[in-house]
Amino acid sequence: MSVSTLILRTAGTNCEAELAFAFEQAGSSTQTVHLGRLIDDPTLLERFDILGFPGGFSYGDDIAAGRILANRLRHRLLGPLQEAVRRGVPMIGICNGFQVLVKLGLLPDPEAATQTVTLGDNVSGRFICKWVGITADAGSRCVWTRGLGDFELPMAHGEGRFTAPHDVIDRLNSQGQVALRYSTSGTDTNPNGSDDAIAGICDPTGLVFGLMPHPERYTVPTQHPQWTRQPKGFAEQTMPGLRFFQNAVEHAKQNAAAAV
Amino acid sequence: MTAADTSTAPPCPASRVHRFEVRTLAGQADPLADRARSQADDNLPGCTAIAAAKVFLIEAPLTDEQARRVADELLADPVSQSATLGSAPIVDGARLLEVHYQPGVMDPVAESTADAIAEMFPTLDREAIYVATGERYDITHPDADDTALTAFANAGLANAVIQDVTLAPHHPGSFPHGHAYDFNLTHVPIRDLDDEALMKLSREGHLFLSLDEMQQVQRYYRDADREPTDVELETLAQTWSEHCVHKTLKARIRYTQAGAERSAASGLPSFFQNKPNHDLHDDGSVTIHNLLKSTVAAATFKLKEDPAIGDWLVSVFDDNAGIVKLDETHGIAIKVETHNHPSAIEPYGGAATGIGGCIRDIMGTGLSAKPIANTDTFCVAHPGTTDLPAGVLAPKRVLRRVVDGVRDYGNRMGIPTVNGAVYFHDDYLANPLVFAGCVGIIPLDKCFGDPQPGDRIIILGGRTGRDGIHGATFSSDELTDTHADEFSHAVQIGNAITEKKTLDVILQARDYTDPDTGQQRCLFNAISDCGAGGFSSAVGEMGEKVGAYVTLETAPLKYRGLSYTEVWISEAQERMPLAVPQENVETIKALCAAEDVECCDLGYFGYTENETPTLKLTYHGTEVGNLAMPLLHDGIPTPTREAAWSPLNPRHKTQTPDRSPVRSIAGDPLTQDRNTSDKLFALLAHPNIASKHWVVRQYDHEVQGSSVVKPLVGPQQDGPSDAAVLRPKLDSAKGITLSCGLAPHVSEKANHTGHATDGDSYQMVLHAIDEAMRNAVCTGADPDRVAILDNFCWAKCDDPWQLGTLVRAAEACYDGALAYRTPFVSGKDSLSNQFTTEDGDLITIPQTMLISALGIVEDVNQCVTMDAKQPGNALFIVGSTTWHMGGSHYAMLTGTSGNIPPVDLAAGPRNAKAVASLIRQRLVASAHDCSEGGLLVAAAEMAFAGRVGLDLDLAGQPCESCLLDQQLFAETPSRYLLEVEQDHIGAFMDTLLKAGVPFGQVGLFKDHQQLTCRTPTAGQILDAKLDDLREAWLGMLDW
Repeated sequence: MSVSTLILRTAGTNCEAELAFAFEQAGSSTQTVHLGRLIDDPTLLERFDILGFPGGFSYGDDIAAGRILANRLRHRLLGPLQEAVRRGVPMIGICNGFQVLVKLGLLPDPEAATQTVTLGDNVSGRFICKWVGITADAGSRCVWTRGLGDFELPMAHGEGRFTAPHDVIDRLNSQGQVALRYSTSGTDTNPNGSDDAIAGICDPTGLVFGLMPHPERYTVPTQHPQWTRQPKGFAEQTMPGLRFFQNAVEHAKQNAAAAV
Repeated sequence: MTAADTSTAPPCPASRVHRFEVRTLAGQADPLADRARSQADDNLPGCTAIAAAKVFLIEAPLTDEQARRVADELLADPVSQSATLGSAPIVDGARLLEVHYQPGVMDPVAESTADAIAEMFPTLDREAIYVATGERYDITHPDADDTALTAFANAGLANAVIQDVTLAPHHPGSFPHGHAYDFNLTHVPIRDLDDEALMKLSREGHLFLSLDEMQQVQRYYRDADREPTDVELETLAQTWSEHCVHKTLKARIRYTQAGAERSAASGLPSFFQNKPNHDLHDDGSVTIHNLLKSTVAAATFKLKEDPAIGDWLVSVFDDNAGIVKLDETHGIAIKVETHNHPSAIEPYGGAATGIGGCIRDIMGTGLSAKPIANTDTFCVAHPGTTDLPAGVLAPKRVLRRVVDGVRDYGNRMGIPTVNGAVYFHDDYLANPLVFAGCVGIIPLDKCFGDPQPGDRIIILGGRTGRDGIHGATFSSDELTDTHADEFSHAVQIGNAITEKKTLDVILQARDYTDPDTGQQRCLFNAISDCGAGGFSSAVGEMGEKVGAYVTLETAPLKYRGLSYTEVWISEAQERMPLAVPQENVETIKALCAAEDVECCDLGYFGYTENETPTLKLTYHGTEVGNLAMPLLHDGIPTPTREAAWSPLNPRHKTQTPDRSPVRSIAGDPLTQDRNTSDKLFALLAHPNIASKHWVVRQYDHEVQGSSVVKPLVGPQQDGPSDAAVLRPKLDSAKGITLSCGLAPHVSEKANHTGHATDGDSYQMVLHAIDEAMRNAVCTGADPDRVAILDNFCWAKCDDPWQLGTLVRAAEACYDGALAYRTPFVSGKDSLSNQFTTEDGDLITIPQTMLISALGIVEDVNQCVTMDAKQPGNALFIVGSTTWHMGGSHYAMLTGTSGNIPPVDLAAGPRNAKAVASLIRQRLVASAHDCSEGGLLVAAAEMAFAGRVGLDLDLAGQPCESCLLDQQLFAETPSRYLLEVEQDHIGAFMDTLLKAGVPFGQVGLFKDHQQLTCRTPTAGQILDAKLDDLREAWLGMLDW
């Protein structure tokens, strides 16, 4: 069966092209849709198997990163989005998309849809663009990160420090909702000062997933910062960033097959 | 919450200003407070604590309950922040200080907040919501008085040009909303003025036209038998400004140089011989007709005669940017601009709108290119400089804020900022340089457009306000200590998201698919950008051939009260004019509506009077301006300008004053008798050489996913890349390199500062071209496919000596481009970079040419990086080292002088080709350009970037009568360091021998973490830890 992905964009979204390319490499067709069009016709959501919230600076990240887009979605589209979650549609929010999902409350609990965690200013107070070590949590229920271990991804944000009250963090940990952590060994650990070095979380179903680093920027070998130092055979491997999207496309296929 | 805020709201509340404060909860990162504390470390000693809050002032008919919802749902984060309505009490023992934007200053956060409130409460009228933002600081200090607090605020927290500082909570009862404009057509009598009165009018009206230009205007109106309107004079001033028309570079110039007259024409340098439009005279002078056309452009047109280059070039010099072919379907457009004077006064807004404007150049090239990369280069004074003339911002503050500006604009636009440079010289103190570049991809069938008669003038994007009025004419004059006051209205603040939305619509309109026919067609015939001069320059230029009829009242305004002239010349940002056939207007408007982008119909192209293309300006039906296009575009008088060159400016009686010696980095002066290790450490910490990671890391250089070679490379991502490589199409292996070259240290300025005896702008430009080429080649560019851009930044060239240096630079453009077979495709000049202090001292910047290079990479999988790869590999140098130390960083640090190294125009291109051939054959493990600091610095960078030890042995270094320090630290151009695997050495040497290129092995990479060096005569002269070297290099600018 064919899988199709809706990529939602609005004023200030700017990572939609590479996100579409990543999904297409993973075997999904894509359609990039402006928020205004989806507000006009929320039933559009029903035609897609996967939903992507790309990175960027929605509405300039004015007031706070992702806040204005999250508010717009809350006022206009919360119901249809929750409905899609219930249908088992995998969703990914990357960087600004993650900030939106968190501030909208689709993460960590889409049914509650209230904000209980946040992505605050990096502890350095600065925007940081850098490749960082990432570890997928082996005990996570996240569908997107299945089979991933230790790898690198680029981060590029000023407001990515994951923070939440202790009880929320404990619950995320105990329920397998922490999907990714920044590496805690090596020279440059937990670059934005996140609580528990958390880089990405998922909802209790493992289908709704948000992360600060950019897997869509690591789907071909020459994107890696040390590709000129890699041993022979490196270029023939599947890059870890691409595997996120392959996992989701594979799940969507199985989901559809099960429904038939 | 204060008592006033809890009072019962009336059922239908009146509009009033609600004040909100948003604070970060304890335990959370608080960059606002951190930044203020760091400023206090520098500017308010004794300060013990600072608390910070963001302030929102919202004028709207909100109930108290609605106001509370705004606070909790919109303004404050429920997890990490708290919101207060009104003003929280001042922290015990603290003093309060607030910073607020002045009315009318673009504040994107305020605009977005108003939009979001309108969405929350659909019954509110968006036009009735006004928002202003500010910052509050509670400052604990034992004895700071009002004066000290205000001084502290103005030293770092606020810029008086755009912000106000208050020492009490700012909570106005209402906002000023401006007054309606009372139309009043203004004529400016000019016909009867004498020369003195003409110049007074030019100066006081901020027209900045010369006497012969004013006389030309006067003649036109005498012939027309009427007086000009104010908007006509403004239009002429904008269109004829140096900024817009480049009248110096296009002028006829008579050049002489000291000594040449004695031996007639033969006394001129040989580089004046046999050039197009150069008349050599018996008296030893040369007349050059249109300097730009006879040098920079002439080289390109000569190179174009070779079909291999001619077919590759798509569009040169005609458009907002140059275009070369990437492949058979797409071209790459590139442009580099400067935004110097606005950045001197308001660095953040100046740099942001600098990059924003350059991005618009790319969006306005052909039928619009999609921006894919930005570049930025800054020239500032040494960051430690504290002795500041009045009216001058501290260089560290300037650098911090220009980086903030480029970061915030480029990152928000989603364009990776991938290449650039930061260069320090104390004579940039009062006149920093900010170069901003942008690169775009464009379908080859969309590279050209022309407005057709009848096309509507459709403006997309931002509204028009008073921002930036007189930017074009202001940038054409020198800075003085009063400029910040006099020209504060020339400062602009950008809104990147408005530009991003506009870009989204333009690309949809360019690639529009008609739903009825399924056919793709571009909805417009031409596009440009509103930059300096606003509508005046943009519409005036687009309509040059066909004329234009403009209805000024149709432009959407930010606020009331703008006169017709202000509308016409406003430099409000983010506006793009399109020439749209009538039948497409509604479709474009629908695209705009879907993306929430404003557009307006400003009139039409194709207005003529007596068969002459004419610019007609009307305001509510009344003619306010009527100018023949030929007068605007061809009427500017072209007098002959005098250029007189000698190595030193005879008008500068002394050398640059004591303010200017290059400071020793370690604190104490470095002398020539110090050991090699001391010299190497000092050079690595020289700010020109030191790591720029502090800048690079703040830019998103990965967005769009195209990154192949990043600005910082190596296992820990901290090695200085020579160039950036990008893959513009994600599904293609075709790549581009972006690099630059900059060498003011070998200009005539070096003779004045005493670091060279024969510094020369001619050589300065050749050095920059050679460096830009080396950088491109080192990463994998094909040297036969490198295009370059010129950016001249000079002091005022009405000084014949400065003009002489400019002429020599232009001559070098011709010679360098031909020698390297690298065509210029675009360029820009900025020719009034000097500052007069309140004491009347003139500070001129060094002659500065930025060469930007765009190279094509056939297959990005063949690219190499500069970080050393493997113990056991050999290190080779390609190119010969010479004894010249003049202008080198070694000379600057040791306070010595000498001859500058000349560029060998035979060796430079030959070496570049040879290195490219080695890389193409995959014989090179890493490659690094040998430049500032010389061989030892470049070798150290390779070793510490790769974490691979290196034993240097200089026995094999090809050099011409060099002493030890010359071998180590000379900055001879055209040299490369290459790492080669042992198995490849044979093939490597064969290639170089066949090419006739001097080379030699100078080292062996080793399985240790040291850099050592020995020579046959001196023995071991260096043994340093890589970690220590790297720390010295990283630490200097680790802000």
